[in-house]
Amino acid sequence: MSSGLDSSILTLVTFIPLAGALILAMLPRRDKEIRVFALVVSLVDFIVSLHLPAHFERAASGVFQFEVNIPWISSPNIHYHLGVDGVSMWLIVLTTFLTPLCVLISWNSIHGRVKEFFILLLVMETALLGVFVALDLFLFYFFWESTLIPMALLIGMYGHGRKIYAAVKFFLYTMIASVFMLAGILWLYAQTGTFDFVDIQRAIQSGQIAHFSTAATWLFLGFFVAFAVKVPLFPLHTWLPDAHVDAPTAGSVLLAGVLLKMGTYGMWRFNLGLFPEQSRHNAPWIVALALIGIIYGALVAMVQPNMKKVIAYSSISHLGFVVLGIFSFTQAGLDGAVFVMLAHGVSTGGLFMLAGILYERRHTYEISEFGGLATPMPVYSTFFLFIVLASVGLPLLNGFVGEFLVLSGAFQAHALYGILGATGVIWSAGYLLWMYQRVFFGKVKHDVNNALPDLSLRERTALLPAAIMALVMGVAPLLWLNSIDPAVHNSLALFTQMASKVVGQ
Amino acid sequence: MLELLFLVPVVPFASFLWLATAGSRTSRKAVAVVGVGSIAICTVISLLITWSYLASPPDGGAFTQVLWTWISVDGFTPQIAFYLDALSLIMMLVVSFVSFVIHLYSAEFMLEGEGYSRFFAYMNLFVASMITLLLANNLLLLYLGWEGVGLCSYLLIGFWYQDSANGRAAQKAFIVTRVGDTAFAIGLFLLFTHLGTLDIQALMQRAAQQWPVGSTLAIVASALLLGGAVGKSAQLPLQTWLPDAMAGPTPTSALIHAATMVTAGVYLIARTHVLFSLAPPTQFAVAVVGAATVLLAGCSALVQHDIKRILAYSTVSQIGYMFLALGVGAWTAAIFHFMTHAFFKALLFLVAGVVIQALHDEHDIFRMGGLRKDLPYAFWGFVIGGSALAGLPLITAGFYSKDLILWSAFSSTQGSTALWIAGLIGVLLTSLYIYRLIFLTFYGKKQIEVAHRPGWRIKIPIVTLSVLSLVGGFVNIPKALGNVPAFTDLLHSALPAVIERQASMITEGLSEGIAAIAFALGLGFAYLFFLHKRTLADILASNAIGRLIHRFWFADWGMDWLYDRLFIRPIIWFAQVDRNDFMDAFYAGVAGLNEFSWRALRETESGRLRWYAAGITAGTVVFLAIVLWT
Repeated sequence: MSSGLDSSILTLVTFIPLAGALILAMLPRRDKEIRVFALVVSLVDFIVSLHLPAHFERAASGVFQFEVNIPWISSPNIHYHLGVDGVSMWLIVLTTFLTPLCVLISWNSIHGRVKEFFILLLVMETALLGVFVALDLFLFYFFWESTLIPMALLIGMYGHGRKIYAAVKFFLYTMIASVFMLAGILWLYAQTGTFDFVDIQRAIQSGQIAHFSTAATWLFLGFFVAFAVKVPLFPLHTWLPDAHVDAPTAGSVLLAGVLLKMGTYGMWRFNLGLFPEQSRHNAPWIVALALIGIIYGALVAMVQPNMKKVIAYSSISHLGFVVLGIFSFTQAGLDGAVFVMLAHGVSTGGLFMLAGILYERRHTYEISEFGGLATPMPVYSTFFLFIVLASVGLPLLNGFVGEFLVLSGAFQAHALYGILGATGVIWSAGYLLWMYQRVFFGKVKHDVNNALPDLSLRERTALLPAAIMALVMGVAPLLWLNSIDPAVHNSLALFTQMASKVVGQ
Repeated sequence: MLELLFLVPVVPFASFLWLATAGSRTSRKAVAVVGVGSIAICTVISLLITWSYLASPPDGGAFTQVLWTWISVDGFTPQIAFYLDALSLIMMLVVSFVSFVIHLYSAEFMLEGEGYSRFFAYMNLFVASMITLLLANNLLLLYLGWEGVGLCSYLLIGFWYQDSANGRAAQKAFIVTRVGDTAFAIGLFLLFTHLGTLDIQALMQRAAQQWPVGSTLAIVASALLLGGAVGKSAQLPLQTWLPDAMAGPTPTSALIHAATMVTAGVYLIARTHVLFSLAPPTQFAVAVVGAATVLLAGCSALVQHDIKRILAYSTVSQIGYMFLALGVGAWTAAIFHFMTHAFFKALLFLVAGVVIQALHDEHDIFRMGGLRKDLPYAFWGFVIGGSALAGLPLITAGFYSKDLILWSAFSSTQGSTALWIAGLIGVLLTSLYIYRLIFLTFYGKKQIEVAHRPGWRIKIPIVTLSVLSLVGGFVNIPKALGNVPAFTDLLHSALPAVIERQASMITEGLSEGIAAIAFALGLGFAYLFFLHKRTLADILASNAIGRLIHRFWFADWGMDWLYDRLFIRPIIWFAQVDRNDFMDAFYAGVAGLNEFSWRALRETESGRLRWYAAGITAGTVVFLAIVLWT
């Protein structure tokens, strides 16, 4: 591959879905062709995005690769600055990997306004990708906020139940929280005259910014609140179950699979990257909230009567592990946190797809409506068990590696963190297996369930990649960790510098 | 030849993959050939490796085979690598061989009913995981095997999923053992944080160098590993899952819940014995847990009606003996008992399966009886297996292994008379409950007609295991009876010998004699109460105290009841109360408040001039008042 492609690859990956959406808007309303077109666009984008890991230099000296930095608007000073490191690269591939699966799983479940659905889905993909590639704070904020609209519309237009309530709740929560981040970004711009992440980071480290020491805590908190709502961190999590329950399947997959990771990615990139001292200082209560989230999410998950709510609360619990890993400030903890992000994206994405398949057949998520499904749907129940086991953290599947690294990192930071976090592992076995038991074991209780068809070829095609990924990530995690590790190492270098500065004084 | 080591877990795993993906579309015959054949190959390779190992032992008595690096983060580089020494060799050989005979048995036993290929897929996966557990060279890989066998146990207990009670039993097993597993995992974090590696041999070396005997870290680390072992091996206080696990098919109970998986905790402690030697308090705890479990589970076995539950409590009790041995530093005795126990307990379960199948799935021994003539294989299997379990002197394998443990409990520097006496009472209980079972099942009046007789694939395993239950003990004959310690000699390259106290008034021969008396007493009581005069037993059990004890023992000392009240109910209660997530109520409250003030303010905009005028006046008065008074 030429170096020319290296500099434009991120632009390509980010905007192929948007271009696809624009073309889609001009196509006639023939549902079948629209679906095929959306599938092709998302697949092409996935294949193009594989250029990144294929050409990523693991031993590169700089932090970011595939960089583009062009002045966009001169006043205010905004640059079109894109670039990835080992962490954001894999989050991009996760996004492009999940989108085709979303298209497949939505094939027959969307009735009416099919065209708009796939347009929204593709616009959503561009916005998500933009969040991970942007290195200019303005650009980042632009993409960050633009994820809101397609997602709120997906929930509000194509959801079910109290969909408007859920969409508004989702919108309000994340919108209000983001305002604090915007204030932080504007303050930084006012002091430095730039939105560029790398420049601001350098300015902060060299201590050039006036009044930084007084503002730093507020800046940290401004960014943190925006990210914490997105994660969502306890006690800011209550929008998530509602949004999930009423969202269409594809919306749930992208919401849990990618959108939540914007929050944890932001914490890592901006909170740790820009404000290491404040991160260190505030870590105890953040870790406490993460631990509460792990246990509280699991507890609430246990008794939910609705499958999607169980999975939603399990996401809160799992994302608690990510935050725990990030704020352990250890190599193992951070590597693990990133790995959990990816693994959770695959396995929870898989769980939501599975729940959606059942909804297509019965139009309900109520666990009590099922029972004994292993008899009429053996292939489905095997897939379900596999993904549940991956999610529970069974060794050799993807959930284990990340959780283990996070916990061992947390233990290194403070033994108590590791011990409390480890109890979360018991809980997750509890609620997921209990749900599995109630849905699949026993005799078929409702006669309608006897006639449920097993997975179709299309559904298998959508699920198989997720299942294979769950296995490969568990067996050979080094494929991912090799490029995650240097990025994490770079971000932790700030902390060692900080520590040596303290020692020097 | 040793290079073939990786095939021992890989062959059953490959067979699992084939059975899981293609098994449901192939004939039962092909499934049986692959499912049993893979374990046969696995056993042959184990035998070849054993032969090669014994013929020319590798340097230092250990052989390591690295396959690939699993994870590599910040000095934490666990590999997929296998480690073969005398300990893992013996365990591997016994596990693969017993697995093979049980698979052969299953090929016939499981023929009726659904899920033939599913059953063999799970069983093969189990063998692969169990061998991985045994051969792992680092604790993380061991943990992988550990969770893998737990998964197979879960899947097989819930094998007949249409009965939701089975599903509940499976879930209970998984979660209770996971409590132990979590302790184990925390132990791993602790060891890695302080010693910087999880490679077992390096870990043991560093622990011995850096931690003095009795150091807090060594005590905590070993206690956490003990937590994992207690969960997996169904010892006090986490033994409650095993009796319920009998919901699985009988071959599963024989293989997983008697012969192999439940002894994983014993293996873990033996594997990390250096750590336990550094922590005398923990090691003492191991002995106490073992002795207490021997007694409590023995009493529970005494009053059960379900033939498989009796055997389950018996397993718990026998593993208690192994823990007792580990606790007094008699590492080799524990492994010896593991081996003989694998033979006779697998045998007992297999013949119990024959009885159950012959009587239309009847489990209650009080509804059996008089089966001696109709089921001769089952009868002799029970007599031989039961006698080995109870320790019939001289001619059964169980006698040799159990007596070695009893003697060590007394003679080791870490042993004591109390532990020895507990072990002796255990012998009496064992002999009492197992002969009770045999007398009630095979003697007396016939109650149900035999409907099904076993074929050759069931008879061969029974005969094989019967022979091993008799001669398996001759590999290690005590001093008083001829002194042939071949087994312990072999193991001493991997495990240290018992440190004996100065000679005292009781000699090894005397200990064996007293154990023989305890055995005979148990047999005599069993004869008296359950064969000679059944009314005597009824009299004992019919008064108030007898009934109370009976109920208490029957319910496993009320442990399930206690856990239910102590943990499960409060947790479920809290979760139920919080079903709607009270955090959400807070935000709903904020939203409600907003809405309320919006409504309140809207009310003031009524369009009535009088109200506006009144409002303006009131406001003016208030402002004037503020200006005047401040």
